[in-house]
Amino acid sequence: MTEAIKAPAPTAFRGVDPYSAESMARMKRRYRAEARFKFFGLAAVLVAGVFVLALLGDIIRKGMPAFFEHRALLEITLSAETIDPKGTRDPAELRAADYQRLVYDALRNQFPNVKERRLRRKLEGLVSAGAGDDLRVRVLADPSLIGKTIRMPVLLSDDADLHLKGKGTRIERADGGGALALNLDGGAVELRGASAFAAPLGALKGVLRSRADALSRDLSRIPPSRPGMDNTALDAQRMELTQRRDGLRKRADDAGSTEALDPTLLPSLVVEAGGGMFLLSEIGKDSARGTVLVAPSDGVTEVKAWRVATYVTPEADRRVTDAEIAWLEALRAKGQLQNAFATRFFTNGDSREPELAGIRGALTGSALTLLVTLLFCLPIGVGAAVYLEEFAPKNRLTDILEVNINNLAAVPSIVFGLLGLAMFLNFFGLPRSAPLVGGLVLALLVLPTIIIASRAALKAVPPSIKEAALGVGASHQQAIFHHVLPLAMPGIMTGTIIGMAHALGETAPLLMIGMVAFIVDVPAGVTDAATVLPVQIYLWSDLPEMAFQTRTAAAIMVLLGFLFVMNGAAILLRRRFERRW
Amino acid sequence: MSFASETAKALNAGDAQGAPKAASAKVAARGVNVHYGEKHALKDVFVDIPEKAVTAFIGPSGCGKSTFLRCINRMNDTISTCRVTGEITIDGKDIYDRMLDPVLLRARVGMVFQKPNPFPKSIYENVAYGPRLHGLARSKAELDEIVVRSLRRASLFEEVKDRLDDPGTGLSGGQQQRLCIARAIAVSPEVILMDEPCSALDPIATAKIEELIDELRENFTIVIVTHSMQQAARVSQRTAFFHLGSLVEEGATDQIFTNPKDRRTQDYITGRFG
Repeated sequence: MTEAIKAPAPTAFRGVDPYSAESMARMKRRYRAEARFKFFGLAAVLVAGVFVLALLGDIIRKGMPAFFEHRALLEITLSAETIDPKGTRDPAELRAADYQRLVYDALRNQFPNVKERRLRRKLEGLVSAGAGDDLRVRVLADPSLIGKTIRMPVLLSDDADLHLKGKGTRIERADGGGALALNLDGGAVELRGASAFAAPLGALKGVLRSRADALSRDLSRIPPSRPGMDNTALDAQRMELTQRRDGLRKRADDAGSTEALDPTLLPSLVVEAGGGMFLLSEIGKDSARGTVLVAPSDGVTEVKAWRVATYVTPEADRRVTDAEIAWLEALRAKGQLQNAFATRFFTNGDSREPELAGIRGALTGSALTLLVTLLFCLPIGVGAAVYLEEFAPKNRLTDILEVNINNLAAVPSIVFGLLGLAMFLNFFGLPRSAPLVGGLVLALLVLPTIIIASRAALKAVPPSIKEAALGVGASHQQAIFHHVLPLAMPGIMTGTIIGMAHALGETAPLLMIGMVAFIVDVPAGVTDAATVLPVQIYLWSDLPEMAFQTRTAAAIMVLLGFLFVMNGAAILLRRRFERRW
Repeated sequence: MSFASETAKALNAGDAQGAPKAASAKVAARGVNVHYGEKHALKDVFVDIPEKAVTAFIGPSGCGKSTFLRCINRMNDTISTCRVTGEITIDGKDIYDRMLDPVLLRARVGMVFQKPNPFPKSIYENVAYGPRLHGLARSKAELDEIVVRSLRRASLFEEVKDRLDDPGTGLSGGQQQRLCIARAIAVSPEVILMDEPCSALDPIATAKIEELIDELRENFTIVIVTHSMQQAARVSQRTAFFHLGSLVEEGATDQIFTNPKDRRTQDYITGRFG
């Protein structure tokens, strides 16, 4: 080694010749590498942007419908016998009355032909189970309404609402050709007209053909029989599908035959004629048979203008039956439907009925939890940061402490939940599901974040400020608290808000301390049982009802909105108080 | 201490020959050593700093002059690895005495830093901070008076009298430095330490500060660290030359610049190194 230093090998040094081919080639390589890097960066940004947009677009598309609700305008007779049989106008009496019954009665008045018990149930199912509560509120506010008939929007059930939002089935309408004779016989109906149903019948045959084609595709997917193996199951399946396909083909090819409308296979056909609606069960070229869903005007036996509505999805494949759709369409035709902003999504707590479920309980729970978190972690976090940064002796112990604070920031959040369960619930005996405990757990979770951010902010304050204060005779603590801390405050607040946003979105630790329960009431204090927004989202996303899926997306939108606002505030704070030294 | 005091006597005796003897020593250092961890930053410094005069510390970078300055108001205490031994007295009283709180010492020994470092608060608050901290004003009127007087003494008042509530960081560099001087003298210190107060300023602002230092000399004992030998020659009455952590030579400014005794001093002031 020393030898080499003593006797360096003679080297010829040369400068850069900017015109030589070699250096030009080298420069070209450099620029290519730079262009490549830029391209990758841009591509990454674009891909990320597309994904974010797709995600947001999907959430908004799914969630927007939950902010609106459909209501039916009904004439409700507030009969005194039902509401206040004793005539005392005692609020307790009024509160206990069966308002839901009144709403059902109003709906049945609308469709007097619905007599069968099963159908009546269906009809009543169109309105929400909470519709009576709205009526109760209205009557309690104004008892003079009793005995009168009022026209009032009534909240529809989730299935009816979803159908009206277009999530049920597509409806195709075609004007019927020629005159149509109606022959009513109780609940059944027979419709006649020369070639009246030729077009819908043809369409049905087309559907049969496409169903047969679908079966053919299924057939082709069945693996071939293999010699030496037991192929009976495959053969049987193949046989069955072939038979069904051939049956369908035959029906489709026989242009003149009447078709029975199988609700598991074919779309539903509803004839709208003379103010009535008739569900067809059998259709031929010139006549059709069916049942009355909505009674026509009295004495109508022949109509010129009529329509055939096709509910494209077979009845068996959707949640709303033909009858329900027909009733809703009848209401729509009479202009008795309203679509309005669903304020109850923000004013109601959770509910088993999707149309009644709201996020107020979860929002309040989140607010209380965050309040507790802030109250605990801001003073402790900032205090710890100031102590560690300015006062703690620099030795091995504080080094270990510092490393572990950084490690704590990376601990999975569920571990904090377990800690909270063991400490706050089991040892200290604090109440389960309470925002107090949730807030404490989240405070533990965001404490490292706040300490790290605060230390960075304190470190960023130039030492000259502290020296200046010390120079005029301030004590160490005075210098920190009068000068350094106020200057570090924007940074600390930014860190805190980001920590809070983190806490707002946290679910896992709260599951461990029981904030995952179904809680209808809006919490009034930090010891009441509550849930929080992300947990509410988690709970709703698990429920089978379609309407809860839209509410899940809507709750995500609200949560994202809050997160945007909080992060925006952090950025604003940083911009506003950014100081250049 | 006997060794230290004898050496001090010898040093003073040596001084008395050519240069005017310091009238009375306000600050006296006896065998001051400073260690930063393993590094021996200041070696056995003996010096007397006369009252109501300007003493300049000169020397190349890293020679220990700033370190010594910061010993005089115990600013080095804030550095955990720093260890100071020896004795520094102000008016004959040991400032490293355990009975003396450094905070109160710093009220008596003000400091102006290299870079103007006003608090990011109003001009008024900058000056009022010290008096308020030490309870020097009994009323708002009294505090106002202290602020105005301090700004006047720092010859800043005329420039800022209409905008006392504006932030101090909005002033120009020279004004900021004078604000820092006003802040330092608001608590009526006896000694003012200045650590290269003009190194971040342009020549015009520098001239103003130098003029100010000359005025302040009437009431305060001033110690100034400077890289500029012209500045030392212009503002100071006495000069001390530090080199590699040792005090090489100390004496009347005229004598140091015209007739240095030590070879190293001569080399430094003639620009042969440093």
